[in-house]
Parts: sequence; C-alpha cells; structure tokens
Amino acid sequence: MRHALATIAALALISGSAMAQGPVYAITPELEAAAAKEGNLVYYSSIDVKVAEALAKAFEKRYPAIKVRVERNGAERQFSKIGQEYASKIYNVDTVNSSDAAHFIYWKREGWLAAALPEEVAKRYPAGSFDAEGFYAPMRASLSVIAYNPTLVKAEEVPKSFQDLLDPKWKGKLVKAHPGYSGTILTATFQISRDLGWDYLEKLAGQQIMQVQSSTEPPRKVIAGERAVMVDGNEYNVFLAQEKKSPIAIVYASEGTPLVIGPSGVMKNAKNPNAARLFHAWSFSAEAQQLAVTEGGLRSFHPDVKEPAGRTPLSQIKLMKDDPAAVDQQVEEIKKRYLRYFKT
Amino acid sequence: MDLSGTLLAATGLFLAALICLPIAWLVAFAFAGRDGRPTLANFQALVDDPTLSEPLVTTMSLSLAVAIAAVAVATPLAWIVARTDMPGRRWVRLAMTASFVTPPFLGAIAWEILAAPNSGIINKLWRDLSGSSEALFNVYSFAGLVFVIATYTAPYVFIVLTNALDRIPADIEDAAGILGAGRWRIALGITLPLVLPALLAGALIAFLQAMTLFGSPAILAIPAGFHTVTTKIYALFQFPPKPEIAAAAALPLLTVTILLLWLQARILGRRGFAVVGGKSGEPRLVPLGVWKWPVLALVLMMLALPLFLPYLALLKAAFSRVPSGPISAANLTFENVNFVFFEFSQTQRAFANTFLLALATATAGALLALVIAYIVARRDDYAGRGLEFLATAPIAIPGIVLGVGLFLAYTRGPIVLYGTLWILFLAFLTIELPAAFQQMRASFRGLHPELEEASRILGADRLTTLRRITAPLLKSGVIAGWCLIFIGVVRELSAAIILASSETKVLSVVIYDLNESGNLGAIAVIGVSMLIVTFAVVGLANWASGVGAGPRLRAS
Repeated sequence: MRHALATIAALALISGSAMAQGPVYAITPELEAAAAKEGNLVYYSSIDVKVAEALAKAFEKRYPAIKVRVERNGAERQFSKIGQEYASKIYNVDTVNSSDAAHFIYWKREGWLAAALPEEVAKRYPAGSFDAEGFYAPMRASLSVIAYNPTLVKAEEVPKSFQDLLDPKWKGKLVKAHPGYSGTILTATFQISRDLGWDYLEKLAGQQIMQVQSSTEPPRKVIAGERAVMVDGNEYNVFLAQEKKSPIAIVYASEGTPLVIGPSGVMKNAKNPNAARLFHAWSFSAEAQQLAVTEGGLRSFHPDVKEPAGRTPLSQIKLMKDDPAAVDQQVEEIKKRYLRYFKT
Repeated sequence: MDLSGTLLAATGLFLAALICLPIAWLVAFAFAGRDGRPTLANFQALVDDPTLSEPLVTTMSLSLAVAIAAVAVATPLAWIVARTDMPGRRWVRLAMTASFVTPPFLGAIAWEILAAPNSGIINKLWRDLSGSSEALFNVYSFAGLVFVIATYTAPYVFIVLTNALDRIPADIEDAAGILGAGRWRIALGITLPLVLPALLAGALIAFLQAMTLFGSPAILAIPAGFHTVTTKIYALFQFPPKPEIAAAAALPLLTVTILLLWLQARILGRRGFAVVGGKSGEPRLVPLGVWKWPVLALVLMMLALPLFLPYLALLKAAFSRVPSGPISAANLTFENVNFVFFEFSQTQRAFANTFLLALATATAGALLALVIAYIVARRDDYAGRGLEFLATAPIAIPGIVLGVGLFLAYTRGPIVLYGTLWILFLAFLTIELPAAFQQMRASFRGLHPELEEASRILGADRLTTLRRITAPLLKSGVIAGWCLIFIGVVRELSAAIILASSETKVLSVVIYDLNESGNLGAIAVIGVSMLIVTFAVVGLANWASGVGAGPRLRAS
C-alpha cells in the first residue's frame, strides 16, 4: 500500500526532491508549553464529523490543556466559508483539513497558509507526497467508491463498473453526493469525467438519481434502504458501517476508483499558531494516523500504520489518478456542467 | 423638541437605517457588474440562464399550490374550532399553536424519516400492508415539498382565521337567524364574507411563506433534483461566490412580496368589512350532533400531520441507529444523545448563541415595537404613518434576501459586523419586528386614550402615565409579542444560513449542517431539546407575567 500511494502521490503532487529545511519543525517542550498557554484551537475539517471529533478528543486527551473546537463542513462549503471570512478579515480558523487538495493550491497562492512541515512528515512520509515548501501535507486519503445494500441487490446483479450503473434496472435506485458541497465528490467527478467522459455523467443523470450533499451521506441512504446503490461516497464511512454490521458492501469499479487525498495545513493568520502547529504535527504522528485508519476508516501515508484486517489493501485496487492542479484550473467548469446535467 | 418628538426622530432614523441599508446594498449589487459599473447583465442572466429562470417558475407554482392547500385545510379547521361544539376545541387551538412553534426545517427532516420513498416509515408500512412495490407518497418531489410546507403554513392561516372568527359579533349572525336563515346559509352567506379579508390575508401569508422558505426546499427539493429561488440564492454563495447574481435573484422575491401586499391593501381598502358595534355576545355554536366524533377524528388526523407523526418520528430517530429502522433492541441506542451532548464540540456554543440571541432580540424587539406602536397609536399624522410603514416594511423582505443584503452591507467597511452576533441580532430584529409591532398595535387599539388623558389631567407627566397607566394595561400584549419574537428567532434559518460564521452558529444552522451529512439521529436530539427549551421559556414568560392563559398569537 505504501508503494501504491507513494507512486500516485509522486505523480500527482508537485514534487520537490530537494527538501527545504526552513519550514520543518518538531514537537518540542517549548512548542507544547506555548500551545498550552494558548489553550484553544479551531480546527476546520471536512472529515466526517464523528471521525473529526474523535481525532480532536484523542488530541485533548494527549494535551489536556488545549481545547479543540471542530468546525465540520463539506470541503466546498468550508472553502466558501473561509473565503468569506478572510474577505472580512475574520481569522477564525487555525488549522484546516480538506478533501479537495486543490484548495491548498489556492490558499498557498493567496498566501493564507503558513510554511509548517512537521518533522515526522519530512522524515517519514514518501517524498513528493507533501508540498515541497511545507505549506501542506497529506493528513489522510480515502476513495470514493460504489457500494450497495446486499439485502436489496442479489449477488448476481451486483454492478462491477461505472458503466453497469447505466443499466435501466438501476433507474430510481441510485444515490450520489454533490460536487458543489463535497470535496471528495468534486475530486471524484473530475476524475470520472476525465477518464470516462462527461457523456457518462450526462447518461447517469438520466437514471433518476437521488441527490444528497455530503459524501458521508450516500452510505447512510444505502444502509437505510432508501436507495440500493451509491454511485459515489466515502470508502471510510462504508468501512465504519461494515464494522457495525450494517448492510453495505463495496465495489471497486473495473474502470478504476477515484482517489481522494485530504491534505492539512496551518493558517498564517492563526490566532493560536502554536496550538495549531502542535495539533498539525500530532495529526501526522503514527499514533494519530493509526487512529484515523483504525477508528476512522481512512487511508494513511505514514509508513508505520497498519491496515486492519478485512479491508482491501490499496495496492490491490485499480485507482484513478488524482490531479489537484487540474481540479484547481477546472473547478468552475466542473460545477457548471454538473449543474447542467443534474439540475442542482 | 419635546420628548415624544425626539423619540419619534430617533426611532424613525434607527428603523430607516435598519431596513434601508441592506436593501440599498442589495440593489446596488444587483445593478453592478464585476467591475462596479452599472449594468443590467445580472438580470439578463436571470432570464437567459435556465438554471436561474427555472427556479423562479418553480417557486411561483410552489407558492401558489401551498397557498391553496393551506387555506383549504385551515379554513374548515378554523370554522370547526371557532363555530361548532366539537369536543376538545381549546386543545386543538393549543396544538395548532404548538405546530406553529415547530421550525419548518425540523418538520421537513421529520417528514424525510416518515415519507422517504423507500426507507420512510409510512412507505415501509404501506408496502408491508398492501403488498405494493410502489411508495405511497414520495416526499422528495414537488408534491412532497408542497405538502410539507403547507403542513407547517396552515397553522398561520388557522390562527389568522380563528382570530377573525372570534371578532365577528354574534348579533349579526343572530340577526340572520331571526330573519329565518338556516345554519349553513348563515355560515356561507354571513360568516364567510365577513372572514374573507382574513382568508385573503391567510392565503397571502401562506404564499409568502412558501416563497421565502429556505430550509424545507433545501432539504427536500435538492434530493429530488430541482432548485427554488432561495436554494439557488444560497448556491450562488458557493465558491466562486456570485453575490451580484444572488442580489439580482433576490429582487424578484422582494418585488412580488411588495406587489402582493399592495394588492391586498387595495382589495381590503375598497371593501369595508369593519364590524362596528359595541359589546356583543358569544358567537352561537353550531351543534354537530352525531357528527361530533367523526369530526373530532378528522381534526385529530389533520393534527397528526404537523405534530404527532413528526414528533414521534423525531423521538424515534433520537434513539435509533438507523432513523427509519425497526423499533427493536438492536436498533436502540443512546449514541446520538451521547454524541450531541458529550462529543460534538458545537452543541454548547450553538445553544448559547441561539438562546442569547432569542432573549436579546425578543427584549429589544418588544421594546422597540412597543415604542413604535405607542407613537403610531397616539399620532395621526404623516410621521406616525411613516413610522408605521417602516415597522411593517420588513414583512416584504424575505429572510434570505435580508441575509444577502446584510451580508453585503456589513462584510466591508466602515462597519464590519459579519462574524459577530450583532449581524444576526440586526437580521432577527428586522425580520421579527412587523409581527411584534402588529401585536402591540392591536393591544393599543383596545386601549382608549381617555385613560391616559385622565392621568395627564390629574397631573402626571407623559412618562409617569406610560409607566403607571398604559404599561400595566399592555402587559399581556407585550408578553405575547416577546414570545412571538423569541419563537421566531429560534426557528429562523434563511437569514442565519448566510450570516452565521463558525463562531456565531445558531442551532438552526447546526441542524442544517448535520442534515447535509445525513446525521438525522443527532438532529432529532438537538431539535427536540431545542423545542423543550423554547416551550419552557415561553411558559416561564407567561407564568412570570401572571397572564395565565397562553399568548394570543397574531401571525400576520
């Protein structure tokens, strides 16, 4: 899995072979003391609210002097919100995580991010997986998967590919999330439109799909039996649901499954810069990453993290290539075309 | 200048600033291009771009359908409650008031749990009982949206109608009876024409409600694959934000509202329905005879739609793993309660923000409305009428439009209020002022100036008179107005969704956010707790004031 991620990441992100030493920092007693003095931290994140709160609670347990406030929104709404707040010179957010890696290209360009590269990332993470200048690094990765409710779909009818979903028998039985709200879905929509063509999505729109907002929601609709199959949605929510014995199963499409990398960064204008740096560095530690994987169902770039049994390793999954720089360029076009086909 | 002159000028200026500033920004943005030059391009886009023009058409047909449905349901219900001897009439009134307190977005979410086509409780039951493979009712559809909005708009129409029916003196109906008209003849020939203005007002309220609601369409229309104007305006704030198009899309809502209110004034102005006369007896009740119980059953069924079914669904969802899953030990959980109160880091802040804002707005709004109503009641000149207009004008401004206006006005210099609770306070104060003002004005109308004049003649000054004579007589009206604002603030979403930042989130916005990621269980817990607190505060306010009976809500 490590190799698969490293290769993809190297292809995808702007890679820097000569690692800049400037932004690298370690968790030192001085940083911990300064962070404790600030005592507060505002964490904007697009991770599922329960997973994000669990991470925050684990951090609070490790550093009881610091209180974390999680502000969870879909990545695209979070992006708009930060844009609005910054336009009014409101600097609420200390550290941010987004499932749309293109946001970090934008924020870096705007000069909103601080160069802050945790030592752990610099030393242990695959070269090229993080920003060479240290403005952001991949806190998590996940896939946007097809999944179905086994009580509603017979074994011989299970779709194997995106193309299968165009079969008329799925009309009125599909649910999908929205790229105007979810960064995961924006990223996935970009990859699907690039690899399968926009006419695939145009045909999909004719299937009377149920449109929800967050990529965390399609698994819930499938489990509740509201729709039999989800076209897209978070792999990690499906993992978590499966562990609770909910009726849902994953399909890794034969055309490839969209890979969604969720970087984190520290804001330059953070009100709690030390707490932000501490949380940022901690979130890349083996401890936090293992928690994100085990409890959160996410995928990790950390070499020491072990995948729980029963989850398909990334190396065995055919992945679509991620390309945040292209998403950054095409975001308006993607949303416009989506609106034209899906009407919302 | 004497005291009342100063008061008049200060209130007038404050109101003008409160209302005109956001509207001015809205108009300025709607007519400006990206470069700041004046242009009509934004309106051209509304016409040319089907993704902008279709929501306008949808919204107008939605509003019309809701108005018809709400009036059709509320009229017989109001007549039954006010004019027949059906058992439990008082309780029905109370229940309708309770459904008025329910935020429409919470009702919409509850109806998702009940009537989602496949997983909805009602549809599952229907399939089990009938063996059919089709859903009985799909809430994610145009008809579903009309149904849910009408369900929560009908109480407004009901309150307006019962108030009107209560005010019709019995002697007119009696006179018709003495002259030989039968019961039904009286109902159709006398009562109905007399309540026509109220009926018209009710239909208008229902139309405007449906047109300006944001939460219900956001929750039900988007899964169904269509937009209304309000959800479209909200979507225009997504990155890259297009405030100028949003402003242009907001102006038709404003125009339609003003036009309809003007039309109403014209129609009512021409036909005088003032029922003159002194005291009159209790209205004569129509005995239902054997129909008593069937009618009661029908009324209870109607109350099940906004009240019993949704609240049962929410209670069930609060303690279920899968909100619409079976009631079983396997599906039972306290996870949602635990999450909301012990894990979710926004709960406390949102509760604090919401009830702080509700208390502050209700108190400031009730005082402001009182002062305005006082001036208006005691001055019959242009200044008084101008003030009356200003205090009523916000009724014409849909919440989301006001939200956009305030956002444009206070996100850039000289005064930046975005990101503070003040911007929400201003929005809520503006939105809730008309209802509170009308409540107070009605109270003042029932108060003859003779009492004050007597006090002045006996040597008391204006303030003393206000404190010793007028205030005690107005107490129940003021409390009712205060409660009206308090409830209104707690259930407000459409302006809050634009204006709340992460620090200033209120409960309605938190619920909306949770809905976007489908956390229905957590929503149920927050929603039910929010209603419990609201009822407690309203109950406390009434008890503390010694009014006893619940406030008479005036929903116009």
